[in-house]
Amino acid sequence: MTEPMTMAEKIIAAAAGVNEVRPGDIHTVEVDQLMSNDGTTHLTIDMYQKQLKNPRIADVSKLVWIVDHNVPCDSPKTAASHKKMRDFAKEHGITFYEGQGVCHQIMMENHVRPGELIFGADSHTCAYGALGAFGTGVGCTDYLYAMVTGKSWVLVPETLKFNLTGKLREGVYARDLILTIIGQIGANGANYKAMEFGGEGLKTLNMSDRICICNLCVEAGAKTALMEADEVALAYLKEHGREPKHVFHSDEGAQYARVYDIDLGSIEPIVAKPHFVDNVVPAKECLGVKIDEAFAGSCNNGRIEDLRVVADILKGRKVHPLVRFLIVPASNTVYQQALQEGLMDIFMEAGAIVMNANCSVCWGSCQGVIGEKEVLISTGTRNFKGRAGHPDSFVYLASAATVAASAVAGCITTADRL
Amino acid sequence: MDQFTGTVWVLGDDIDTDIIIPTEYLALKTVEDMKPYGFYPLRPELPGLIQPGDMIVAGKNFGCGSSREQAPEIIKALGVSCVIAKSFARIFFRNSINNGLLLIENSQIQEAVKEGDRLTVHTNQYLEHEGRKYPIEALPDNLLDILNAGGLVKAMRKLNGLD
Amino acid sequence: MAQTFIEKLIARNIGADSVRAGNIVTLNVDRVMIHDIFIPFVASKFEEMGFSKLWDPDKVVLIYDHLVPASQTDDTRHFQVGNAFVKKYGMKNIHRSDGICHQLMTEAGYVKPGDVVFGTDSHTTTYGSVGAFSTGIGYTEMASILGTGRLWVKVPQTIRVKITGKLAPNVTSKDIILTLIGDLGADGATYKALEFVGDTVEDMTVASRMTIANMAIEAGAKCALFRADEKTAEYCQIPLTEKETGLFGDEDADYCQKIEYRAEDFVPVLACPSQVDKIRPARELKDIAIDQVFIGSCTNGRLEDLMAAAEILKGKKVAPFVKLIVTPASRKIYQQAAANGTLQILAEAGAMITHPACGLCCGRAGGILTDGERIVATNNRNFLGRMGTNKVEIYLASPKTAAASAVAGKIVPA
Repeated sequence: MTEPMTMAEKIIAAAAGVNEVRPGDIHTVEVDQLMSNDGTTHLTIDMYQKQLKNPRIADVSKLVWIVDHNVPCDSPKTAASHKKMRDFAKEHGITFYEGQGVCHQIMMENHVRPGELIFGADSHTCAYGALGAFGTGVGCTDYLYAMVTGKSWVLVPETLKFNLTGKLREGVYARDLILTIIGQIGANGANYKAMEFGGEGLKTLNMSDRICICNLCVEAGAKTALMEADEVALAYLKEHGREPKHVFHSDEGAQYARVYDIDLGSIEPIVAKPHFVDNVVPAKECLGVKIDEAFAGSCNNGRIEDLRVVADILKGRKVHPLVRFLIVPASNTVYQQALQEGLMDIFMEAGAIVMNANCSVCWGSCQGVIGEKEVLISTGTRNFKGRAGHPDSFVYLASAATVAASAVAGCITTADRL
Repeated sequence: MDQFTGTVWVLGDDIDTDIIIPTEYLALKTVEDMKPYGFYPLRPELPGLIQPGDMIVAGKNFGCGSSREQAPEIIKALGVSCVIAKSFARIFFRNSINNGLLLIENSQIQEAVKEGDRLTVHTNQYLEHEGRKYPIEALPDNLLDILNAGGLVKAMRKLNGLD
Repeated sequence: MAQTFIEKLIARNIGADSVRAGNIVTLNVDRVMIHDIFIPFVASKFEEMGFSKLWDPDKVVLIYDHLVPASQTDDTRHFQVGNAFVKKYGMKNIHRSDGICHQLMTEAGYVKPGDVVFGTDSHTTTYGSVGAFSTGIGYTEMASILGTGRLWVKVPQTIRVKITGKLAPNVTSKDIILTLIGDLGADGATYKALEFVGDTVEDMTVASRMTIANMAIEAGAKCALFRADEKTAEYCQIPLTEKETGLFGDEDADYCQKIEYRAEDFVPVLACPSQVDKIRPARELKDIAIDQVFIGSCTNGRLEDLMAAAEILKGKKVAPFVKLIVTPASRKIYQQAAANGTLQILAEAGAMITHPACGLCCGRAGGILTDGERIVATNNRNFLGRMGTNKVEIYLASPKTAAASAVAGKIVPA
């Protein structure tokens, strides 16, 4: 009889082939999937080709490579790194996507299964916890080791438990919830730890909400985020034609480093002010801040549910003439869904700029770059100084609703104030 | 300036405006900022080598392509005294005159000159290379007026009672 | 006395009975277009010239398209300068993200048959498709027009191009203009007007005529001209009167060159790297593998172009490891293509559909390539380095040839 374990511990134990793990243990694990995008894959390839003797890929079927950061390509330098990735993928038969959406959204739609341990060469890989998978971001050296050996080592993290109760109020979104949590525990509040979400309140959140929450946990420093794969998650999985690897539940009596009780009904629209994600204040404290650009999209908030929220606000209204409002679906699938629902027409009619599915403004290097002293309100993942363009510029993070309302008003406001 | 002499840089036919200054650098703040990227796709070393007073000799259709006025401005900023070509694209031609860059049409000199040769221009009369003369046509009066005013901006300032 | 189209148009503009090719005349400008790349330069030259007001703010149109969306941190400065200029001089005609300037000038009704229009972009020749005299100028001349409303031009000689018969289904007006540029050479029409006549031209949509007029500059032409007809009137939303139809070239006018084509003789062609006049039939370009396809631009980003591509891509996928980028020419076209299912077909085939703007055509972002890569594109220029490094090979083609090549992963005729 083993001691009670958390979901994170159980997934690692399974991946390590042992019965029991404890926080602080280091285990060699078998990695189920290895996602990498154009942010760093060219570096991985360089190391593979130049620093290894007779390199080989342990199991090519585990690799998923996705070009999503600078799409369409913005410079010869980026084009060269894309080409390197494309040529390597072609040569080795690696599953490859280009221009089909943000990596994490593509992974959720097509690859992630409950119970898997997944490495992604991108910090927001923790998004996969929304399907009960242990997803974590790694650098390219760790990635390369796992790619070549099929294995890696992990330090078993402590788990923070977030016990959700109640229901989000009308006009308040998962985005407000997770930013509030990050503001509460701080940008390093979950360093090395797993953030596990549960409780009755979780049942009220759809998959899009859940992905949004897990995705942003890295902004609190978390190694991974996890939610039990319940009916909602399993229905999503089925709808996308997949079966779980294993559905893990945290045991009664599992050890948590800390437990937080959060009443969803107490959450209100918030804004994370420049230049840190945990610099969170109620949106009403930022009313009237003039903006130059607004962005709705990213792996955090670019799903069909988010676009519907934006469309509801834009319908019959116009984007403020001096605001550039970029709306960017998280995947080609989301794009097509939005087309079919007539959302694209609403966006176009309102004067928004609609781009192809990609990281876009969230990545901040080639699409909708902001200039000196300019202000952006964004549904992206980060508001670090210079993240969206000029080193001397300002990024506010908010929900899709607050972003859309602000785009119409020309300054920060909430949807109910329009 | 009745006559002047310079060292020749030789370029081919259809030197387009994207070669003279690629769009990638077109939104840089000033022509000075753009200058190092002149002729970048074709001969990136040129901006570092061209000396004030040098000349460009090229084939047909020089300056074809876009309306970007930075093209003649950069050539002028590099210190090039004139461009001699078999023919010029029309927008580039107007832009050059408006910025005071002298363009000369001639279709024979290309056979004779090599890069690095010295060449003398006798304005509105002929080119002189290794003792041989190559006749050139004079510019029409309305263009000479703009050139003589020092470009279109100065001509307009005069019109507005400034200067 | 027999006159060419451009002679009649210019004479009408200056109130003369007639003018002759070679005359230098000062025109009264009906409309001007400035785009985002050049507005800072126009603004500073305008003030340097000592002007304090626009000759007619309603006749000035400012369009942001080359830098939308911004790809470099300094790009938005152009918007700030433009916005300040608009405010200071009381302009109303500004488009900040509605599409490509040349598409908007005709689509939004800024240009009518018989108008004289100048733009700070070489492809301003496009408006000849609706029977206007329009051509590209630099920013210094634009600044002088903003102050005076006038500009001198030399009345151009005219090359008359007559096309009769019916085009094959896989041939478009893009193949016609590419073929003509190949025949004339990239400088074959320098300083001249190109006048297009014949029943093939009469049967064409305004959109197809725009493709031809747009690329006239690639043969060096000062302008291209099409006689206004019912289609023009419908497109421009004006009644068709003698004022419009009266502008055309007389059969016996003094043309410097006359060229005749049979529509049936045209085949799908491409302009090969890196000259617009290096034209080869698609069927002769065998086994040339491609990395990317671009469908868009002021040349070929209109609804009929997107629909032609969709017809070929329907139910198919873009070849593995090949990218297809589609950039509609305007907001209105995007909405029409969304409404009639065209965008859905393109997206299902794997296309990346971007916001209406210049995109890859102007080479600042939107699908830049690197050494050894090859693209088939529907835009107007394949100059060295235009879409990345000088080792990128650009082939220009019709939307049909481009779409067929995207599916095949290599150059094939539609």
